[in-house]
Amino acid sequence: MPDVPTEQFAQTLADPRLQLAIYSATQRLIDHRAAAVAVDRLPDYQALRTRANEIKRHTIEHLDYYLEQLESNVIAHGGKVIFCRTGDEVADFVLGLAKERNARLIVKSKSMTTEEIHFNDHLERHQLETVETDLGEYILQLAHQRPYHIVAPALHMTRYDVADLFTRTLGVDKEEVPENQTKIARATLREKFLHADIGVTGANFLIADSGAVVVVENEGNARLSSSAPKIHIAVAGIEKLIPRAQDLAVFLNLLGRSATGQPLTSYTSFLSGPRRTGEIDGPDEFYLVLLDNGRTKLLSDPEKRQSLYCIRCGACLNHCPVYRKIGGHNYPWVYSGPIGAIITPQFHGVAEDSWLPFASSLCGACAEVCPVKIEIPKLLLKLRSEVTEAQRIQGSGALERLTFWLFAWVMTHPRVYRMLASLGAKWAPVPPKVGPLKKWASTRELPRLAPKSFHQLWGERRGWP
Amino acid sequence: MTAREQILTGIRTALGRTGSASSLPAPLVAPLLRDPQLGRNLYIQVFAQNLEKLSGKVFVVPDGGAVPGALRELLRGKNAVASNAPFLKSCGVIGFEQVRSGFADREALRDSCASADIGITSADYALAETGTLVMLASPAEARLISLLPPVHVAVIPQSRILANLDELLATIPKPAEQTSSMVLITGPSRTADIEQILIRGVHGPGELYAVVVESL
Repeated sequence: MPDVPTEQFAQTLADPRLQLAIYSATQRLIDHRAAAVAVDRLPDYQALRTRANEIKRHTIEHLDYYLEQLESNVIAHGGKVIFCRTGDEVADFVLGLAKERNARLIVKSKSMTTEEIHFNDHLERHQLETVETDLGEYILQLAHQRPYHIVAPALHMTRYDVADLFTRTLGVDKEEVPENQTKIARATLREKFLHADIGVTGANFLIADSGAVVVVENEGNARLSSSAPKIHIAVAGIEKLIPRAQDLAVFLNLLGRSATGQPLTSYTSFLSGPRRTGEIDGPDEFYLVLLDNGRTKLLSDPEKRQSLYCIRCGACLNHCPVYRKIGGHNYPWVYSGPIGAIITPQFHGVAEDSWLPFASSLCGACAEVCPVKIEIPKLLLKLRSEVTEAQRIQGSGALERLTFWLFAWVMTHPRVYRMLASLGAKWAPVPPKVGPLKKWASTRELPRLAPKSFHQLWGERRGWP
Repeated sequence: MTAREQILTGIRTALGRTGSASSLPAPLVAPLLRDPQLGRNLYIQVFAQNLEKLSGKVFVVPDGGAVPGALRELLRGKNAVASNAPFLKSCGVIGFEQVRSGFADREALRDSCASADIGITSADYALAETGTLVMLASPAEARLISLLPPVHVAVIPQSRILANLDELLATIPKPAEQTSSMVLITGPSRTADIEQILIRGVHGPGELYAVVVESL
């Protein structure tokens, strides 16, 4: 297997507090989801998953058509659409607009897409204050960390970590009660909301027939970001499309339940364009930034393009035995867990962090809970073979190839095999706790070989010599 | 080539299309909107149960004239902002001296909402199965009244309660034709970002009340 950052993993595994945090948080999310999709609560859960998969497949296969439909409907409602190939282009657009409008302060609600392109770093470099307003994301911004989990970004931090962080960065007295910590954040961020020039949100769905963005949240910060400032910018990956507003019945019934077990989250905003005539509040300007950033690359493989169906519910992370041990920050990119393991290599190329598709026991739990039925284990296998193939072309993996060649040769030469087997019975188990097998052997016991092999026993029964 | 053209061309190439125009996709199956299983006579009760599970509180009053009575206790010693919805006026909500209403200016509205204890609005629909309030922004309903004050009170005619999200989307298939913002409010603002402990009232209201008017 390619280079695995095992030392990094070991640190996470050796931290009992962190292990407990990951384990209990994911378990709670597992339990909540299970109750919410139970057959007495949502009898047609499987039918909804099948339909969600069909709609996503259809949309992705006609992405060009629906993007143009979306664009013309956004424009019809008075908004503007900006296509961006990269994160730099997004930053350039926002910086340009901020300069034109003399904007100084941006409030931002949680968005994996902007995390993906390091949006805040870009803007801060140009002295544009950008404030995360989701409580978890705010904590992480103060701590200069990236999200640990798609829906529970600060899952790895305790109230004591937050207390120290707030004292250090906000200069407040030490406060260890989460409710009061939330009040501190509310008061600080309320000021930001009321003075912000631009609000930036992500989008959970883009609705082609309405030119609308749909934002799903619990805290109210996305509502504030999209309605208090005079400018609202929604940044979304081009794959977030669904054709019709009515398709939300399928997706909203799945998203909240799969993510946190909520039938609907506290707030679901359906936003199309700036405020209309006579409306007292709401943004004067509405921009939809459509980001590619490598997504079109994923489209060309008919099988792998299903990675783009993902609605970022995080259920595959919670149910993954690997994520539940190594946590979020051991994954190389903002997308962690099984979905991260399949999309990261596709975005960055299989040569980088090539261990990722191998970081799975292929137990299939992720595919079982995926609300849009992405065949994650199948894609992991496909990516594994691509990694191996790429390494073969590069000429690496020579030792592995030699081993298999030797193995094949031994297995096709019975006399050699028998000789080695009888030697093995005498000498084994040799604990190879040195050399290339050291790591592998350190966590395993080799089985003792029987004094007589099956071949020998069979031969004796048959009266072979 | 602009970014737009490059992205669209990239998509077409990746999908194996020939030509430079988007083709009309093969028809997509009709939307899946499940028929309500709930009897209409149970809508109020189920709505109230579900909102109360989320720590909201529901008052059911016989007619519009009974709305002020339901709110009197809540408003005592507090100051409130009410939306311009004619429905609230006809119910007599605007009559309280501590309720300010009739805002037309964005800044004035925002400042009042930021200092108010309670925001009072109507709601366009409610969803029984999830305890949800549905609010469409309009000249009569500003966005910040249900968002900035720590308490939100929504007054809603009984006839506007629907079974669920599916029925809402069957009733208004294209919300964007009616409004720039439709918000589904399901319980108070909440977070579980610190140690998965549930805390209400993060950025939006921590308390939520619904007044259902039976006769309307």
